[in-house]
Amino acid sequence: MSEYSEPTSQPGGASPAPLWEVFVRARRGLAHTHVGSLHAADAELALHNARDLYTRRQEGVSIWVLPAAAITASSPDEKDAFFDPAADKVYRHPTFYEVPEGAAHL
Amino acid sequence: MTAYVEQTGPRAVPTASGTTSAAPELTPAAPEPVTKRFEFVLGLADDALVAAQRLAEWCTRGPEMEEDIALSNIALDQLGAARLLLTYAGELEGAGRDEDALAYRRDDREFRNCLLVELPNGDFAVTMAKLLFLAAYQVPLYTALAGCGDERLAAIGAKARKESAYHLDHASLWVRRLGDGTDESHRRMQAAVDEVWPYPHELLTPDPTAPVDPATLRADFDSVVSSVLTEATLTVPETSWTPAGGRNGVHTEHLSYLLAELQVLHRAHPGASW
Amino acid sequence: MYGNDFPADDTSSGLLGEVEAAEMALREAAERGRHGAAGADPAAYFTEVIAADQKVEPRDWMPESYRATLIRQIAQHAHSEIIGMQPEGNWITRAPSLKRKAILLAKVQDEAGHGLYLYAAAETLGVSRDELVDLLLAGRQKYSSIFNYPTLSWADMGTIGWLVDGAAIVNQVPLCRCSYGPYARAMIRICKEESFHQRQGYEILHTLAHGTPAQREMAQDSVNRWWYPSLAMFGPPDTDSTHSAQSMAWKIKRFSNDELRQRFVDMCVGQAEVLGLTLPDPALCWNDERGAYDFTQPDYAELMRVIKGAGPCNRQRMEHRRRSHREGAWVRSAAAAYAAKQASKKEQASRKERVA
Repeated sequence: MSEYSEPTSQPGGASPAPLWEVFVRARRGLAHTHVGSLHAADAELALHNARDLYTRRQEGVSIWVLPAAAITASSPDEKDAFFDPAADKVYRHPTFYEVPEGAAHL
Repeated sequence: MTAYVEQTGPRAVPTASGTTSAAPELTPAAPEPVTKRFEFVLGLADDALVAAQRLAEWCTRGPEMEEDIALSNIALDQLGAARLLLTYAGELEGAGRDEDALAYRRDDREFRNCLLVELPNGDFAVTMAKLLFLAAYQVPLYTALAGCGDERLAAIGAKARKESAYHLDHASLWVRRLGDGTDESHRRMQAAVDEVWPYPHELLTPDPTAPVDPATLRADFDSVVSSVLTEATLTVPETSWTPAGGRNGVHTEHLSYLLAELQVLHRAHPGASW
Repeated sequence: MYGNDFPADDTSSGLLGEVEAAEMALREAAERGRHGAAGADPAAYFTEVIAADQKVEPRDWMPESYRATLIRQIAQHAHSEIIGMQPEGNWITRAPSLKRKAILLAKVQDEAGHGLYLYAAAETLGVSRDELVDLLLAGRQKYSSIFNYPTLSWADMGTIGWLVDGAAIVNQVPLCRCSYGPYARAMIRICKEESFHQRQGYEILHTLAHGTPAQREMAQDSVNRWWYPSLAMFGPPDTDSTHSAQSMAWKIKRFSNDELRQRFVDMCVGQAEVLGLTLPDPALCWNDERGAYDFTQPDYAELMRVIKGAGPCNRQRMEHRRRSHREGAWVRSAAAAYAAKQASKKEQASRKERVA
């Protein structure tokens, strides 16, 4: 659950295992969703750890792990420039459209 | 050693070579007697149960917290397989013993597990060597069972082989890392392989009358293990020592202690439910 | 997952209902949206987010003391999960049936998982897990005092599930609405997974209480030993609690120690009756006026002694954790060395490719 915090902040201890972000596809047909993070020395170990940590209750059919350090996050200061332009494009959403009475299965 | 084995009951007599043959009082023509299958299933059940008990000893002691979870998962898989196999063994025996009667109220001489699983955990390298060998045996074993004529065993095999495949994957992952990690880890991993190496021999001893003849698993076992050891930059030990006896109820000194711990509470309250 | 076939007890499904409500509230708060960003006055923005019951997220500006409070609380919580594995881990190899062995092992494993979720939530605040673990091992961060009591009988597995996990759930359910997003989300996941923990404990006690005389005695003895330490889990009384007021204003904490303790006692009385076991408090009785049970407070002087390290098992628990950490060091180094070797092999291979 590092939520893309500062990926570089790893002070303390000698060579701690790197941080990995974990994404799980819960069922076929759904996208991979961020579920949390973990530490592992390499990708193969990270995948094993992710399986045991985040899918103990059959929560997933597929797992991605990627090094937290490889994620570039938008900075909070840029938030408006990044996300507000999408705010007025309501036509991207189905609820923007009025469905005439009697038209089913839309 | 044969003298004692007969007293412990169900019906296999070790020959001089340490392999098992049908007990003499059974007519040779009988098509695989039920007691023989009971013994076979019990052996697999006890392997899984004792392996689970040893792996569970790691709980709260893993080399990292993530590994604690992984070892518990593998212990839970083994325990799950043990319960299915013990239940089936009890039914084959037909004497009304359920999984708990078999797990908690037999003495070590009545256990049929291989010696490999009862060896103490040692350090993490020894545990991984034990798991590598056990999984390299269980994967082809359960795969063969999944296709055998006994429906119950086939169902158990089909479920357990997927779990064992993961155990094999996990053990190989660590054996490679320890073998090809630091000088210290290489030294420890090599020592662990040297220590444990002789024990799987017992698991692969031919028994043509068993539902799956262990001899047929050897090719798979050898190829998997040797490729992992090579990748891990480890040397295959050379030894002619082949300890055995577990399948006949003649164990190492360790098993009795393991069972004392496993059974202490259950035996202190005869007839109680939990 | 393990057939919690015990007759549903309403209080605990009520708690699970609250977890689901918290999850829904989280989603609703997210949907209400918040346009307009922190801008020139991040402190005012922070206050607005809290006031609107919305979530503070990792990269948002936050007061340093809010960050420090959260780190301290989440880390303590994570440490408690990890140290809390030991008292129950103590009985895994001796569990009296294979079914109970499987359930207990799965439960202790869950606790390790919950510890890791929580460390990960703490890491979003800019500390590393290694730092936090070092602080624990050096004795500079605490864990819940309850885990410094010994598990002396199998019945303790039941009582820990019923009383200790019960108290933890009462404490934790409100945290699902905590203002800090990653902590709230971790708590929702944890509370959902823990719903089986309390029930399996209650089932163990119910079986013992209806078993042989020796089993019954074992169960009562266990409840006698754990009742007051469980009450102490809610912390010192409100009059003495140093952190409460600010935490409540920040919506990190939502109810006071005494409110939660009262709620717990009120839940337990009926549950004890169903078990046929006695809570070891002769003063326990219904107070019509307050609409709640009167009860004897735990010994807070004892609580302070245990927190300061003088409980029966403090030294043992810490030494166990230190030993595991120490004995695993060569394995962790090996994994790091292997990863470095593989990475450099890969690098060399791709360099060769580029040259060719």
